[in-house]
Amino acid sequence: MAVLSNRFQDNVFFTNSDAIINWSRKSSLWPQTFGIACCAIEMISAGCARYDLDRFGVVFRPSPRQSDVMIVAGTVTRKMAPIVRRLYDQMAEPRYVIAMGTCAISGGVYNTYAVVQGVDHVVPVDIHVAGCPPRPEALLHGFVQLQEKITGTRVLRVKNPDEPAMEPS
Amino acid sequence: MVADDMPLAAVLQPFDQRVSLDHSAADMPCLLVPPADLVALCTQLRDDPALRFDFLSDICAVDIFPKTPRFMLVYHLFSVPHKWRLRVKCCLGDPATAPTVIPVWTTANWHEREAYDMYGIHFDGHPDLRRIYMWDGFDGFPMRRDFPLRGYRDDYNPMGVERPPEEGAG
Amino acid sequence: MPIDFLPVFLMVAVVVALSVFILTLSRLIRPNNPYPEKNRPYECGVDHVGEASAGLFKVQYFVIAILFVVFDVETMFLFPWAVVLQDMGLFGYIEMFVFIFLLLVGFAYAWIKGALEWLS
Repeated sequence: MAVLSNRFQDNVFFTNSDAIINWSRKSSLWPQTFGIACCAIEMISAGCARYDLDRFGVVFRPSPRQSDVMIVAGTVTRKMAPIVRRLYDQMAEPRYVIAMGTCAISGGVYNTYAVVQGVDHVVPVDIHVAGCPPRPEALLHGFVQLQEKITGTRVLRVKNPDEPAMEPS
Repeated sequence: MVADDMPLAAVLQPFDQRVSLDHSAADMPCLLVPPADLVALCTQLRDDPALRFDFLSDICAVDIFPKTPRFMLVYHLFSVPHKWRLRVKCCLGDPATAPTVIPVWTTANWHEREAYDMYGIHFDGHPDLRRIYMWDGFDGFPMRRDFPLRGYRDDYNPMGVERPPEEGAG
Repeated sequence: MPIDFLPVFLMVAVVVALSVFILTLSRLIRPNNPYPEKNRPYECGVDHVGEASAGLFKVQYFVIAILFVVFDVETMFLFPWAVVLQDMGLFGYIEMFVFIFLLLVGFAYAWIKGALEWLS
């Protein structure tokens, strides 16, 4: 990955530099506007005035190249799956995926011929936000959990072997 | 009994007894027509100055497997000047082929593509008959009665039903 | 005196050093994982259509850019001339107009030849 990634021991300098790097990454998570179905409405309302997402540093970007996190909000059909995968591929590391709503987590109520039973068949998912649709506060909670996940990430320090596997950063 | 004062009798006359009134529904009048007279009847319905059914709302297809005739096409028409609604039903056999009504209403293009994609009804004379909802290379017609809800099992659909062996194989 | 320009030199040195430091630090820390799918052009996840996808761009963009560079350099010459015009007097005034006239000939040529037309 990076030249200096996962190389150094745990000492005060590298722990703090990891803390700074992780703080800057979690404080400005920019999602792609990628609402597929009804969960997109709840994502929009989470971004609007009452359940403001902007106070978390979350600014919706139209392009995958400028975004850090992809919120898969809605039912992923088999026709849409290659498009989801391509947009995920066009994001730059470090990138995260939030599967929002039961359709993105496991196909939801749609156990049919045309629906992918969970977007984790297509892209690796970091955070699942359950609900049909999840309330905007649930999506906010998902973002906070993603921030907590990023906080403990080892960027410059050597990875623990028993740490859960994550997209390499 | 025709609820509205729709002058349908004048339209039915040229078709002898082939086109009949269907009284199964109470919400709008319904005509039953064989596929051979479909385009002629639709042209008449659109052009007759007393009727003017110039708007095709929808083309639905129905599958009543294992009863026969298996497929039925249902056309919902609307007359914008008179604000009348009319239903036209057309029973098809299996394999199902029907004439296209694109010369009458151009909007039938995509409705017929949907009927083809979901039921496998082939439309003679359609300029661009291809799938509209399912992805390219999809095998099968999903809305038929004998197609399983979960689809057939393949690499991306592990919970699907096992595909039955092709006739003539093995 | 050349020594009067020392602050300018220091500023340039600080700017260059800071940029190099920031870019190097970023390169050391950020993840680097290029693969072909990531480098494909973005068109909402589908294959791209249209003339630009085959590499066909309108040549007018290039022509306008070239003409812009030429006339922008001419404008750049006008600024120091305007500053020292009082010291140069009438001779400098006429000379700049000769310069502008020569470039005007080129501008007229471009106009007549249709280089400024957007649609070919």
